[in-house]
Amino acid sequence: MAFTLYALIQAVILGVNAVAVLHEERFLSKIGWSVDQNVGGFGEEPGIKIQLINLVRSVRTVMRVPLIAVNAVCIVLLLLFG
Amino acid sequence: MAYPAQSGFRQRKLQPKMRMRTTSTDGAEPSPLFEDTSAGPGAAGYSRGQDKGPGAYPAQTLLSDPMSNLAMAYGSSLASQGKEMVDKNLDRFIPISKLKYYFAVDTIYVGKKLGLLVFPYMHENWEVSYQQDTPVAPRFDINAPDLYIPVMGFITYVLVAGLALGTQNRFTPEILGMQASSALVWLIIEVLATLLSLYLVTVNTDLTTIDLVAFSGYKYVGMIVGVVAGLLFGRTGYYLTLLWCCVSIFVFMIRTLRLKILSEAAAEGVLVRGAKNQLRMYLTMSIAAAQPIFMYWLTFHLVR
Repeated sequence: MAFTLYALIQAVILGVNAVAVLHEERFLSKIGWSVDQNVGGFGEEPGIKIQLINLVRSVRTVMRVPLIAVNAVCIVLLLLFG
Repeated sequence: MAYPAQSGFRQRKLQPKMRMRTTSTDGAEPSPLFEDTSAGPGAAGYSRGQDKGPGAYPAQTLLSDPMSNLAMAYGSSLASQGKEMVDKNLDRFIPISKLKYYFAVDTIYVGKKLGLLVFPYMHENWEVSYQQDTPVAPRFDINAPDLYIPVMGFITYVLVAGLALGTQNRFTPEILGMQASSALVWLIIEVLATLLSLYLVTVNTDLTTIDLVAFSGYKYVGMIVGVVAGLLFGRTGYYLTLLWCCVSIFVFMIRTLRLKILSEAAAEGVLVRGAKNQLRMYLTMSIAAAQPIFMYWLTFHLVR
C-alpha cells in the first residue's frame, strides 16, 4: 500500500523487461500471437489482439537498446546500495 | 483540537482561489482564448529589473561610464538569450503552453465545477464548446477539464491525510511524503492503464494525456469531503459522504466520457455496430468504476 515512486520505477522496468523477452519466432508464433498469422482485413478496425501484438512488437523494437543501459544502471545501483 | 486546524486548512483551500482570481483579473489585454497572465508582466519586469539593479547604486558615475554601460547592455542581452534558450528547451519536454490552458480558471469556474463534482444530476449540457477548432478555455466553459482543481485537490488531500493521522496520534512528518508519493503512484498507474485501454480499443478521441490526468484528479475532491466528514462525524459520516461522492463522481465521469469516447463512432458516420459500441461502453463504465474504488482505497486507512 505504501508505494514510493522508486517502487513504480522498479515495477515498470521489470514489466518492460518481460515484454522485451518475448521472442517473435520462438515463442509468439507457437501461441499464435505473431503478425503473419493475424493479418486483419484492410479498412477494418483492428481487434484487441492485433493491437496487443502491435504493441508488443513496438515495445520490443523501441526499448531494446535503452533497456540495456537502464538494466546496467539498475544492476550497478542495486549492487552498490542494496 | 480539530476545529481550529480545520479552519486552518479551509483557509488554505480558499486562499489559492483568491490568489488565482487576483492574478487573473489584473492580467494583460485579453487574447482570443484566455488571458495569458504569466508571461507578460514577468518578461517586462525581468529586463527592467536587470537594468535597475546596477543603476540603483548611489554612484551616478556608474551610469555615465561608457564601459559599464556597455557591460550592462551585454549582460542583459546575454541574460535574455539564456532565458530564451531555457524556455525553448523546456518547451520541448514539458508542453508549457498547453499546460497554461489548463490553468486558465477563475473563481466562478472553480466554484461551479466543485458543485458539479458533488452534484452532477441537474446539469443538462455536458458538451465542451469549441472556438474555431480549439477548445475554449475553462474560464468560459464549465465542461472543459482543468488542472487547477486536481493539483489543489491533491495537495489538500495530503494535508487532510496528515490531519486525520494526527488526530489518531499516528502522525510523523515522513507520512506526508509517503501519502503524497502513494497517491501520485496510483494516479500514474491509473492514467497509464486508461491510456493502454484507450489504445487497445482504438478509440479516436481528442482526449490528451493531460485531460486524463485532469479527470483522474477530480476524485480527490470527493476523497477530501469524505475524510473531513469522517473527522467530524465518525465512521458513519465517512461512509455516507463517501458513498454520495462515489456515486456522483461515477455519474460525472460517465456523462463526461460518454461524449468523448462514444460519440466519435456516431460522428464519423461509421455504421454503428453493436459490438464495437458495447466495448466502448464497457470501457467508459470501467474507467468510471475505477474512481470509487480508488477513492475508498486511498482513504479508508485514514478514518478509524
